[in-house]
Amino acid sequence: MEVLGVAVSLLAMFAGFGVLIGLLFGFFGMGGSFLVTPALLVMNYKPDVAVASGLAFVFGTSVIATLKHRDLGQVDYKLGVLMIAGTTGGIEVGKMGLHWLQSMGLADTVVSVAYVALLGGIGVFITYNAVKDDGGGGMSHDVEDDGEIDADDIPDIAKTIQSYRIPPMMKLRGGVRVSLWMILVVAFATGLLSGLLGVGGGFIRMPALFYLIGVPVPVAVGTDLFEIVFSGGIGSFLYAMDGAVDLTIVVPLLAGSALGARLGAAATSLVDEDDIKVYFGVMLLLGAIAVAVRKIGGAIDMPVLDVVALVIILGAALLVSGAVVVSSVRELRTESAPSVHPSD
Amino acid sequence: MFGLETVSGPVGASMLIGVVLLEALVLYVGYGALEQWVGPTITRALKGE
Repeated sequence: MEVLGVAVSLLAMFAGFGVLIGLLFGFFGMGGSFLVTPALLVMNYKPDVAVASGLAFVFGTSVIATLKHRDLGQVDYKLGVLMIAGTTGGIEVGKMGLHWLQSMGLADTVVSVAYVALLGGIGVFITYNAVKDDGGGGMSHDVEDDGEIDADDIPDIAKTIQSYRIPPMMKLRGGVRVSLWMILVVAFATGLLSGLLGVGGGFIRMPALFYLIGVPVPVAVGTDLFEIVFSGGIGSFLYAMDGAVDLTIVVPLLAGSALGARLGAAATSLVDEDDIKVYFGVMLLLGAIAVAVRKIGGAIDMPVLDVVALVIILGAALLVSGAVVVSSVRELRTESAPSVHPSD
Repeated sequence: MFGLETVSGPVGASMLIGVVLLEALVLYVGYGALEQWVGPTITRALKGE
């Protein structure tokens, strides 16, 4: 059976995959192309089609997730625009660095090692802080009712960065005050890594917004998604000029992810991050292992390792999205349970 | 799909991105309406009420 010339089974598979990705994307503000492009490559789509369709899908999903986060008051447009400006400059310099490495014949090795080290390093950092749980470095989705972030929830590095009071100072959502120049430096650094590694950068930018600038996690996620609308839109437009975007992939994926992104974004206001942050760090670590396995498979010409890498990534994604759903339901049930006081 | 398989160049790319953007907005509004319609029922069911 076919719809618009495409097998229904294929549409259903992409839609189901989309729900999974959307849930992670809406909750963490990352994970789109990280999951889609490798999956499409393993399904024997051409590399340019896999990358282009992944980007177009990320663009559509980020539009939906940003709108949902905007409804929840979790997008800081001022910070987003500054991040776009700094990131764009960083990407250009990163691309120059990549071309220089290519001319030296070192690009593939350096990029592969740096990518795995960065992904794994961020994973270890977040997991360590989550397990340590000293209140000064963990990621918390909680925002105070008055919209101000609790000083104890601001990571130490962010406190140091906020202490550099170089004018003009910017007031951000969550009551955070930080120098414009510090924001641009952080944005430039994340853009530099994106340009050098050739990745979207959500997994770098979202933790950077929280750990370096100190905005609450929901605002970090919402603002990161706002930025991805522009980077994804421009990227997919450039690829679409060469006719590489395949709508039979993008349309059903987006239909599924729109539902998942809505659930994921809603879960950011519901879930106690303490239940989830370890899984997030573990997902990054497993992602680093998967990328390393794929790179080794390419180096020794063993395509089966591509499939192993995909299984690791999908397994990690299923584990984390399952944890988000379970924690959300548990939180809902806790909220509805009648509170019992000792005096009663 | 939608007769856009062979489009390329700036006009084709704009049409393609426009289709993705339109789908995203339709899905946002559509799922939003669905959430308002069945959301409370599902939430109550999940709460075990």
